[in-house]
Amino acid sequence: MTTDIGADGRTGTAARTVTVLRTGPQALVQDLGRPGHAHLGVPPSGALDQPSLRLANRLVGNPEHAAGLEVLLGGLHLRADTACTVAVTGPCTPTLVNGVHRDSPVHLRPGDELVLGTPTGGLRTYVAVSGGIATDPELGSRATDLLSGIGPAPLRPHDVLPLGTPTGVPTGADVLVPVQVPAELDLPLLLGPRDDWFDDPAAQLRKGRWTVSDRSNRVGLRLEGTALDRCEHRELPSEGLVTGAVQVPKDGLPVIFLADHPTTGGYPVIGVVPPAALPLLGQARPGTAVRFRPRG
Amino acid sequence: MRLRRCGTDAVLVEVDSLGEVEAVRAAVHAAALPEVVELVPAARTVLIGARPGGLAAVRRVLDTVDLSHRVESESREVTIPVVYDGPDLELVAETAGVGPDEVVRLHTGATYSVAFCGFAPGFAYLVGLPEALQQPRLDSPRTKVPAGSVGVAGEYTAAYPRATPGGWRLIGRTDAPLFDPRRDPAALLQPGDRVRFEAAA
Repeated sequence: MTTDIGADGRTGTAARTVTVLRTGPQALVQDLGRPGHAHLGVPPSGALDQPSLRLANRLVGNPEHAAGLEVLLGGLHLRADTACTVAVTGPCTPTLVNGVHRDSPVHLRPGDELVLGTPTGGLRTYVAVSGGIATDPELGSRATDLLSGIGPAPLRPHDVLPLGTPTGVPTGADVLVPVQVPAELDLPLLLGPRDDWFDDPAAQLRKGRWTVSDRSNRVGLRLEGTALDRCEHRELPSEGLVTGAVQVPKDGLPVIFLADHPTTGGYPVIGVVPPAALPLLGQARPGTAVRFRPRG
Repeated sequence: MRLRRCGTDAVLVEVDSLGEVEAVRAAVHAAALPEVVELVPAARTVLIGARPGGLAAVRRVLDTVDLSHRVESESREVTIPVVYDGPDLELVAETAGVGPDEVVRLHTGATYSVAFCGFAPGFAYLVGLPEALQQPRLDSPRTKVPAGSVGVAGEYTAAYPRATPGGWRLIGRTDAPLFDPRRDPAALLQPGDRVRFEAAA
């Protein structure tokens, strides 16, 4: 345990940190993102499954907006350098502390090691640590934005992550309901703003069948399957995009924009998936079937 | 002005010109509605994102927008020093039918305004480019345009905040700090700002 300069910049107090030993395929610092900067070309970013991050934070006594870790397909291995409480949320993910299976939330002593196995369904597991991950904020957020390279780089082995000072008391919850990802996503979709660029858009969307492509990422969920037909073939000048927008490029295969989406785009958006349906999109594995339930 | 629905909490306002885009953006900005989360001007549209339930207040402001109104008072003026030695300076001069010195004189002589940002954080599309410099993109885009490059494309000129692929004709470079997420404000140029370029030694 170190006794030099603390994460809060003060000397003489022990720095609160956790050390990354392994990361799995991808582990990122995420909070609720940095909305409000799209006019500067800055994506909203933030945790894809925000209810899971908020829950993890509440469980360890953090405010819901504290930064935690978003772990893609498990494999994260952390060592506590200080006493802290951790909570693991999202899909059902085997969690070991010093090799013993533990349910969340769990108290760690200095030197204790936390290992996440592979989630049994879904993609992204969230880890909150009491005090929150206290890397330097950029534009008011600690979120990693993979599209524009704002925020902390993806975690690597040997990274030492500073923690903030705990402010609240961990809750006593001992049973968590994991996020369940259905085999088929049945997504509500509000038509617009460019549904009039498509032949009978509602009927096309209702009849179409798609699966989630393995080329999906935090920018967007790419879909494979039915190509949507356009009736309007003009070039579209770039225009602003919201998270959940279903953009249809020239090949007709829809892309559902997620948190790291560009702030403007040059292909028509046929409809928008409402916010309540977005957390599940961040958990949809490649191959998951997708249908749309359009309404005008 | 045409309002297009964009999910539950946003509206896309479609207009006919960049001038009308600026009129809508400036009016909504000036109203300072706490309900507005995002205000994103683009080439022919303004996207307005609101907190849940906040669109009614946005629509009330949109009802009062005068599209012919030019808003000048709130704009800041930013001067960007440029070394005019870009790899496409000769091409731009040749296309314009003038010498390279005249390209510099034309580019530094105009006053620009930030129509919108996009493509990358802090990448500002500036309008006001003299007609002789309004030229097509390169036939084959560069895979990497160095950060700080200053280029022209169509009716726009811009400076690249970071290295990206790009097809604009590059006439110079600047050391101006175009984007730094640890600075407030992070972007040197924001929609509505007035911009001038000056030739640096």
